[in-house]
Amino acid sequence: MNENLIVSLKDIVVEFDGEKVLDGLSLDIHDKEFVTFLGPSGCGKTTTLRVIAGFITPKSGNVFFDGKDIADLPPYKRQVNTVFQKYALFPHLNVFENVAFALRLKKLPEEEIKSKVLRMLEIVGLKGYERRHVNQLSGGQQQRVAIARSLINQPRVLLLDEPLGALDLKLRKQMQLELKRLQRELNITFIYVTHDQEEALTMSDTVVVMNGGKIQQIGTPEDIYNEPCNPFVARFIGDSNIIDGVMLKDYLVSFGGSEFKCVDKGFKRDESVQVVIRPEDVEIVPPEQGALVGRVRDVIFKGVHFEMHVDVEGYEWIIHSTQASKPGELVGMNIGPDEIHIMSRSEV
Amino acid sequence: MLRSKTSRWAAAPYLVWMGVFIVVPLVIVIYYAMTNADGTFTLDNLAQIGRYSSVFARSLILAAEATVICLILAFPVGYTLSRLRANKQHIMLMLVMLPMWMNFLLRTYAWMTLLENNGLINRLFGLFGVGPFHMINTAGAVVLGMVYNYLPYMILPLYTAMTKIDDSIVEAAQDLGCNTGKILLRILIPLSGPGIATGITMVFVPSVSTFIISRMLGGGSNLLIGDLIELQFLGNSYNLNLGSAMSLVLMVIVLVLMSFTSSFDESEMEGVM
Amino acid sequence: MNKKQSRLLQRTYLILIFCFMYLPIAVMILFSFNESKSRALWTGFTLGWYKSLFHNDMILSALALSLVLALVSSVIATVLGTLATIGINSMGRKTQLLINNISYVPVVNPEIITGVSLMLLFVMAQRFGVGGEGGVFGWPTLMIAHITFNVPYVIFNVGPKLRQLDPSIYNAALDLGCTPKQAFFKVIMPQLTPAILSAFLICLTYSIDDFMISYFNSGTMQTLPIAIYSMTRKKVSPEINALSAVMFIVILSIILISNHLDSIWQRKESSRHEKETVFPADRLGSDCFDGCCTGCAGLCG
Repeated sequence: MNENLIVSLKDIVVEFDGEKVLDGLSLDIHDKEFVTFLGPSGCGKTTTLRVIAGFITPKSGNVFFDGKDIADLPPYKRQVNTVFQKYALFPHLNVFENVAFALRLKKLPEEEIKSKVLRMLEIVGLKGYERRHVNQLSGGQQQRVAIARSLINQPRVLLLDEPLGALDLKLRKQMQLELKRLQRELNITFIYVTHDQEEALTMSDTVVVMNGGKIQQIGTPEDIYNEPCNPFVARFIGDSNIIDGVMLKDYLVSFGGSEFKCVDKGFKRDESVQVVIRPEDVEIVPPEQGALVGRVRDVIFKGVHFEMHVDVEGYEWIIHSTQASKPGELVGMNIGPDEIHIMSRSEV
Repeated sequence: MLRSKTSRWAAAPYLVWMGVFIVVPLVIVIYYAMTNADGTFTLDNLAQIGRYSSVFARSLILAAEATVICLILAFPVGYTLSRLRANKQHIMLMLVMLPMWMNFLLRTYAWMTLLENNGLINRLFGLFGVGPFHMINTAGAVVLGMVYNYLPYMILPLYTAMTKIDDSIVEAAQDLGCNTGKILLRILIPLSGPGIATGITMVFVPSVSTFIISRMLGGGSNLLIGDLIELQFLGNSYNLNLGSAMSLVLMVIVLVLMSFTSSFDESEMEGVM
Repeated sequence: MNKKQSRLLQRTYLILIFCFMYLPIAVMILFSFNESKSRALWTGFTLGWYKSLFHNDMILSALALSLVLALVSSVIATVLGTLATIGINSMGRKTQLLINNISYVPVVNPEIITGVSLMLLFVMAQRFGVGGEGGVFGWPTLMIAHITFNVPYVIFNVGPKLRQLDPSIYNAALDLGCTPKQAFFKVIMPQLTPAILSAFLICLTYSIDDFMISYFNSGTMQTLPIAIYSMTRKKVSPEINALSAVMFIVILSIILISNHLDSIWQRKESSRHEKETVFPADRLGSDCFDGCCTGCAGLCG
């Protein structure tokens, strides 16, 4: 076992009313990493987080924290703290008392509590807000209080359950950066749950893509984006074109009526596969120069690029390009070997 | 729009009714309390109440006991109900409220028969060779009657207050280091403050002013304020002036209690605002 | 303690509390079928107490009186209260607060005080010769007393609904060509109807159930609760058990029927209000509680 593992889940099964929410999930999380659980709602990501926090006792399986099995440890004895989805601030306490809550339970001397709380409020950028009541704060400020409150105990692991879900887009972007900064400064493990793939890719060291109570893929954001291991991941992480193809031999695949060089090997001869190509990886060329030729259905201006929908033999490709073609026009398309990702059918 | 001046006249009949049948009667109570049978001003009635201080004290103590017992019994019920799933909550709420719809005389009568010296409970004790215990016509029976009749009035406001406590608040407290006891002290009790205040008022006020429960379960030896008042108005000691003075004092007691609970309520609210 | 244990503990506790609440009633119902007058010894099955209950003139006439009284006083209270709500709503804030606070008095005052204060009013009226030889106590005093304690419940039930109404719907009606009167009856009233109906039902139940206030203002008349009281004074009378059983069954079936109707209605409405399933009985109860809660706050604030 790796020495810098902090949380380890082994064959976790969780059932609600006989329905398996987590189905034999195993996962290792390294210390001081920013790990994101990513998946659609109902995929089990929040459940996994709650298993780690101790709010859910799994039906079977083990939870290791720092090498020790903590399956029977109640939440209040675990060295992890949670930032809740809707913050769950205590409505009867002001900002200072919310943050001081855990310290008061430990019966620390008043002076120490005061200095710790004030320092923490400064870290999250809420200096001067101590006496405010939590209901007088904006969503972003409440969020900061929730973070300060769960960090005050100096947990080894901070669990964040879609903490930015209730904020507007601009504030969200800003908080993403701040969270990342906090994690680096505090040098602790963050486990972050979100359904927003962009958020996951921006912030994480490691992304865990989940669906149907199972882990689909674990990897760095780049891995997940560039090398999705199955169509679910490919579709969930950004737009992608998933085309049926045939692996003619190593490094050669056929789809859309043409043959392409690729970097994948190890498939059976003429094995039926699926090919994943990201929209921005398709190069638009004059029709006579393209390996594939398609007719442009429509073009949408997206700010930095145009999104084109191109019909190739009945399959509608999504292509991002900086140059716009006109609807109805014929265009050629080229795809480099590095941009073609092959998934075997067995992984579907 | 709706706030036209002419529509104000719609309230006129009620305002007259309110004046004649709510305000005037209270003024008359005060008038009777401050005069003697001839209609001359006197404070004798109020002074006389001192003689009944033991009855007043008993009423306050028994009602307070009943209120505290109700609070202790009802708190876990309110919490448990508030954590159930919505459809189960409704069934359970119905079960809590159903007895309230039975006439309370009948409910009290049920206990009368159960607590008798040769009643069902003593018969059951007899099967085990203990008893019979003397239960009816004791202060304990009166408190039991109050608790039985008014327990739903405590459960419901507590339940309402606790449904507003989100699960995640409780979890956050656990997460930050609260065990069950500390969650109760630091989260559940403070956050259900308004419900507790309402529950206390709704159990204490009818308990302190009852005369049925004391008469049916307490026998003659456990007179309460309500019994005294009833005796002055319809009973043997017919004395409307003294009865009014007693009513006035009872009203003041209730007002003081309510200003106390509602200020508690308000300080909670200030906390929230 | 793990979650399963604590859940078991919670269930056991709930069951114990419900036993406490229901066992006395169950025992009463059981012994209503008991042959002898004993309330502790089972001697054999009989329906005799039900037979004598339904031939008991005192009970039957008290029941009739209670029903008529409840119906008439509730209708009057509902009309009076609804009108009052509309009027109050168009008054200034301070006036509204004052009227509401006074209206809370019968809600929060101990019932015995409401009872004796009305009695004193009637005694005084008699002194001034109202009612002549026979005095005033009887039908008129009972009716006045019931209306008085019922109107506030109407006001506190309909008032919030009226305030919640979007004022622009009234304006929209005017805009589309309604006169103010038409706008009120065609647009505002239909929206208030459920609240008014539930207020009416609350009045009915309170009126049928009331003992304390009626007791001081009934003269020689006997409402059902007063008749029950006089029966309990006679100590042994198994007819009371039979009456309890009948009342329990009636209440239970009313609740079940109204729940059933409500769930049908809910299903129709479910597309609009997904989550909130409110039973009419809950609504009754919680409305009363809201009334009382705000009442306490109102009086002291």
